[in-house]
Amino acid sequence: MRQKLVIIGNGMAPGRMLEHLFELAPDLYEITIFNAEPRVNYDRIMLSPVLSGEKTFEDIVIHGDGWYIRNGITLYKGHRITAIDRAARTVTSDQGATAAYDRLIIATGSVPFILPVPGADLKGVISYRDLDDVDAMLLAAQSRETAVVIGGGLLGLEAAAGLKARGMDVTVLHVMPSLMERQLDPAAGYLLQRSLEARGIKVMTRAKTQALLPDAQGKVRAVALQDGTEVPATLVVMAAGIRPNAALGRLAGLEVNRGIVVDAHMRSSDPSIYSLGECAEVGGQVYGLVAPLYEMARVLAGELAREVTGAEPAPFVHQDTPTKLKVTGIDLFSVGDFADGDDREEIVLRDASAGIYKRLILKDNRIIGSVLFGDTGDAAWFTDLKKKATDVTDLRDTLIFGQAYQGGAALDPTAAVAALADDAEICGCNGVCKGTIVSAITAKGLTTLEEVRAHTKASASCGSCTGLVEKVMQLTLGDRFQAQAVKPMCGCTTHSHDDVRRLIKAKQLKSIPAVMQELGWSSSGGCAKCRPALNYYLVADWPGEYEDDYQSRFINERVHANIQKDGTYSVVPRMWGGMTSAAELRAIADVVDKFAIPAVKVTGGQRIDMLGVKKEDLPAVWEDLGKAGFVSGHAYAKGLRTVKTCVGSDWCRFGTQDSTGLGIRLEKFLWGSWTPAKVKLAVSGCPRNCAEATCKDVGVICVDSGFEIHFAGAAGLDIKGTDVLGLVPSEDEAVETITALIQMYREQGHYLERIYKWAKRIGHDEVRRQIMDDRDRRRAYFDRFVQSQAFAQTDPWSERVSGKDKHEFRPMAVLGLEAAE
Amino acid sequence: MNAMTRDWIEIGLLTDIPKEGARVVKTPAGCVALFRTGEDEVFALDDRCPHKGGPLSQGIVHGRFVTCPLHNWVFDLATGLAQGADEGAVATTPARVEGGRVYLARSVLARRAADD
Repeated sequence: MRQKLVIIGNGMAPGRMLEHLFELAPDLYEITIFNAEPRVNYDRIMLSPVLSGEKTFEDIVIHGDGWYIRNGITLYKGHRITAIDRAARTVTSDQGATAAYDRLIIATGSVPFILPVPGADLKGVISYRDLDDVDAMLLAAQSRETAVVIGGGLLGLEAAAGLKARGMDVTVLHVMPSLMERQLDPAAGYLLQRSLEARGIKVMTRAKTQALLPDAQGKVRAVALQDGTEVPATLVVMAAGIRPNAALGRLAGLEVNRGIVVDAHMRSSDPSIYSLGECAEVGGQVYGLVAPLYEMARVLAGELAREVTGAEPAPFVHQDTPTKLKVTGIDLFSVGDFADGDDREEIVLRDASAGIYKRLILKDNRIIGSVLFGDTGDAAWFTDLKKKATDVTDLRDTLIFGQAYQGGAALDPTAAVAALADDAEICGCNGVCKGTIVSAITAKGLTTLEEVRAHTKASASCGSCTGLVEKVMQLTLGDRFQAQAVKPMCGCTTHSHDDVRRLIKAKQLKSIPAVMQELGWSSSGGCAKCRPALNYYLVADWPGEYEDDYQSRFINERVHANIQKDGTYSVVPRMWGGMTSAAELRAIADVVDKFAIPAVKVTGGQRIDMLGVKKEDLPAVWEDLGKAGFVSGHAYAKGLRTVKTCVGSDWCRFGTQDSTGLGIRLEKFLWGSWTPAKVKLAVSGCPRNCAEATCKDVGVICVDSGFEIHFAGAAGLDIKGTDVLGLVPSEDEAVETITALIQMYREQGHYLERIYKWAKRIGHDEVRRQIMDDRDRRRAYFDRFVQSQAFAQTDPWSERVSGKDKHEFRPMAVLGLEAAE
Repeated sequence: MNAMTRDWIEIGLLTDIPKEGARVVKTPAGCVALFRTGEDEVFALDDRCPHKGGPLSQGIVHGRFVTCPLHNWVFDLATGLAQGADEGAVATTPARVEGGRVYLARSVLARRAADD
């Protein structure tokens, strides 16, 4: 019978341990995991990018449900272990589940340290530890009010940057005189503070929190400092540190100091119980960064697999772990010991105007610590010299300038990587060295970053070493990597989006199979990336000739509604320019009642979203909406979405033109056209800009003398104000100019590339030259758009109501129990 | 309503399923997605992605693969196995085409009923 292995905790350390264990001894144990969090294993270091919006939770899942099923693991989600019976060898959860073990692993991680001050339990005060905390912060960020982050360490600063990215007003309170004082010297701490302040984050050092003050509803309203200052806050994030979560170890009577005490093989004081991760204390140290935790995972897996492998794993050895801050645009690195001392020397380089600071700390002519700010390109080299305790006497004069300046080597950016030894560490999170990457590339014929990540895990955790990994690839692959420098549109082809668009026109390719055949596609039927792109290019380039390939469209564009996480759909009818009426609202209310639609929401684009509609109900919902005069709002489309307007000269005492009228005219003219990515417009009646036109793909600001046309704004993943395209005197010219701009984008944009990215790629001046300075060209774009609209402006909802694609909405067969006899 | 033999249940016509598309068959224990490839092969998989439960029948069919509409996991229609770095599998049911008609193995009912 297989031995029973029970794991308490489902974080990154036990997850990595199991991956190693399955490699060494796949069938040795029957495994049960208890996870207090109600979810699968995810990459906790990537919570900051989730908070800032650069990634989603789905992106950071390490092991999906399928992984547990495939490996025969029983996973109890949302079960917190409350008792360990060491005599009977069982554990029991708060939900009443009991499991017997032969070997038990405690991997309960850490708990955030909550300052023992009055008001710490108020509403609006949260810690930063898991996905629930991130969700709470995102919810709070919607209010766009003021946040205070207590703690100027790694976690606190990442939280602050994330909340700032979400639009909050953020202040960081740090009790010490400089930020990240455990990882940075005061000079680097100062530079860090300056660059955070440049991003609009306020920083207060030497700020000792005395109490959190409530408002009348018992929600936090301010942080009171010891010096009497009150800092207003609607959200307080406690990021003052973490403590090992060793409570279960204590409860079970194991030896516990700061963490659960284990030896260098992760064994606790009970021979059948192990511990790893942040809750474990090895050699008097507890750890919070991922590299040593992964090292513990390797050791423990070897220990557990011993009876199969017959080998004792190398013991856990303490190593200094480099620190990097995951805030986009701030380059910061530190490792080792950097305190001043009589027996130490230092080498410092400062370039104030470039914001660069580098400091190396030497002892006996060997690097024992380094701090880099602003230019971290040589971090790997310095770390390597430190790890190997290389005597740097001969390099001293030029050491600080970095590896590229040593021995007269050329200033080739890859030279630094080329000079690294095979055992130099490239990926700190996963402990992957250069030699491992090179041999994986050679042995397995890897050519893409994704493949290298999948096979070696290099740059697969925090991603900050991606540039280094790419340089290693470049060195190993030589010209083959250069060939990849032109980014192919997907794995099915070596052609870039630009090449494909150009060849479609040049070779007169008018169907998806023709493109795939003529351009040498490597897959038989393309993939989910290239098929929708090709379909769009053909629709845009051959209006009236090419027949839209329905099966190459993403589901939302096939059923003209937006798929939701539970497989239901959301339905958004057009409200031209955001105007509506009693009759329309009544019709929507009736539809919501009739089909028991669970949620109705006003969108950011001035219309109404009905969420949770069952797929089979869609045609009937559209039929009812159609009777009230509604057409599809294309809220699902890579096409024209909304034209947001203000009330303009009709109502507003400041309005200079009829902005509502122009908005409606534009929407009625442009709707139905397919574009590379979604297109959102807005028209404001005066420079007060109530329709927020200056963050749209195309915006109009009405002024006394006419219409100022803006373009290339963004207010989503990126935030970017628009640029002015030009001023035109009449409404007709405004419509022609905007239409020409959109047609130019339709003809040149890469699929899924928003206008601001397209314009950046080809240059804003080039757009102005073609649209504003060249009247003939503008007119030609306009005419081509009008021609293509003749084939595009049909309401897809009424088509479906009249029976088109009805198979989409009905099951092919319903098998009852009688079929089973 | 469906013609039946001992081992196979007739579901409908091949042409009821769009080329490079899918249709859903409802069973007492959940939905099964019937896929038709560009080569007119037919495959049956549970209509539920192991990642987040996405309806695979709504995905884009390319070659012998389907991409889940929710988070772009890709599955081999013949084996039900997730492709690339994703790990997981979807249950498959034998399906066949004969004389332009599509049949599903009767095991679809026995197995699924037993599962629940």
